[in-house]
Amino acid sequence: MTFLVAIRARVIEWLPAIFMAVALVVLWEVLVAVFDVQHWLLPAPSVIFAELFESPGFLLGHAGVTLSEILIGFAVSIALAVVIASGIIWSRTVERSIYPIIIASQTIPIITLAPLLIIWVGTDIMSKVIVIVLFTFFPIVISLVSGLRSVDQEMVDMFRTLGASPWQTFSKLMIPSSLPSFFAGLKVAAVVSVIGGVIGEWFGASAGLGWLMKIAGGQFQTARVFAAIVVLSILAMALFAAVVAVEKWSLRKYPPTANRVIRLGES
Amino acid sequence: MSPASQRIAVEDDKNVVSNDALISVSDVSFDYELFRILDGVSFSVERGEFVALVGPSGCGKSTILNLISGVLAPESGRISADGLDNHYDRLGSICYMQQKDLLLPWRTVAENGRLGLELRGVPKSESADRVRELAVSFGIADVLDSLPNELSGGMRQRVALLRAVLPDNSVILLDEPFGALDAITRSSLQRWLFEVLDRSDKAVLLVTHDVEEAILLADRVLVMAPNPGRIVAEEKMNIDRSIGSDVMVTGEFIALKRHILNLLNDQEMGFGASQ
Repeated sequence: MTFLVAIRARVIEWLPAIFMAVALVVLWEVLVAVFDVQHWLLPAPSVIFAELFESPGFLLGHAGVTLSEILIGFAVSIALAVVIASGIIWSRTVERSIYPIIIASQTIPIITLAPLLIIWVGTDIMSKVIVIVLFTFFPIVISLVSGLRSVDQEMVDMFRTLGASPWQTFSKLMIPSSLPSFFAGLKVAAVVSVIGGVIGEWFGASAGLGWLMKIAGGQFQTARVFAAIVVLSILAMALFAAVVAVEKWSLRKYPPTANRVIRLGES
Repeated sequence: MSPASQRIAVEDDKNVVSNDALISVSDVSFDYELFRILDGVSFSVERGEFVALVGPSGCGKSTILNLISGVLAPESGRISADGLDNHYDRLGSICYMQQKDLLLPWRTVAENGRLGLELRGVPKSESADRVRELAVSFGIADVLDSLPNELSGGMRQRVALLRAVLPDNSVILLDEPFGALDAITRSSLQRWLFEVLDRSDKAVLLVTHDVEEAILLADRVLVMAPNPGRIVAEEKMNIDRSIGSDVMVTGEFIALKRHILNLLNDQEMGFGASQ
């Protein structure tokens, strides 16, 4: 019974999103029909769905290639971000020498760097992982640093008066306090990692959704491009949902002070 | 042991062991950026003594506790607490309860309470036992498994005090422990604090802006003035606390309160220290 209630609550929670999506798809279908738009220019949703289910194995295979690049890139980004954020928190010299470089790295248009990466490291998985890291590293490191910084000086002093070593203060106070901010960065990174994967594949690959979109686009197989986009969005949403799941689990273990959702529009 | 008999024992102790200062602050000054926060502050607290530091906000009361605990280092002058002259050595050797409860929201009451022992490497089972022992007299035995945000402000302060005193150091510093609480909770916690702190072999220094709290709890009251922070008067509290909270309506209590309030007011009006 409670199970059914929970399901019902879930459906009600998702209803606005489902309704909105269905309405947009219907509008799209109607507009394409009314204005008689050619399929190679803009395929109707029904055509895209037909493409999706015509060769699901084919699309899934390419999705698997992209997903593995993303997962590796994501893991590398998190590891790098933890090391560098810790360094920045630990020492002012590290902060002053590394922080400007991190910010400068974000001003490089990665799209122009991608072809060079292909030349430097080849067309195998390495070049895609690097592009994904360039996309995802920044939001993770910035949010992690600001999370670690968000700790009250008084809390740190309290730890010191209890005789905590710097490492104890870091692991028992700063890391748990930084989790909400860290996950905010991870969520941004989860979404942009998909873009990174596509751009990486665009400039030199033999498989993956990005490669597929480029090839299909060149052949005016627009429905296939859109099908790849649909799979890509599902991939991004799944990654996002995975991050949210880990976040929920970790915040249950380390609840932050305020766990009330604030909505200014609702009294 | 009732508070009154405890007090008599304390007085006896002091007569036998004179000059056994657990806290000694001599001619200490402290600057923050261009401002002189403390200027030539000197005082001492002996073993078994409870001393209160009263003064208006911003007079550097909390800074004195931060200096004694070792969180800050003095600009000039000497501080010694429990025989430790170096501020760095004092970190982890002094019980210090800050103004805010500073409880970690992800730890239960029991886990917050044993933090100090945990950081010292005391095994979990042992530290948990010691929290449980003390929790009874602290009135938090029933909430050991609760998270801090499930507790009232008064309960949180009890947990914070337990965390501070559990390491059982000789010097105890209390920074406005009940400052953020409503008057009723505060007065019940003041009485409770008086009974729960076994201070026969300790030195307690309480910072407060509440004159009644100072008179009620302390053997001696130091009055501070701001800009720059300095001690302008020292008063011994010889009142009979055996009659409980009724003491607050006795003539001697009111006279002491009026006297200290006058000292504080003189400072604020800029009349300088009274003799």
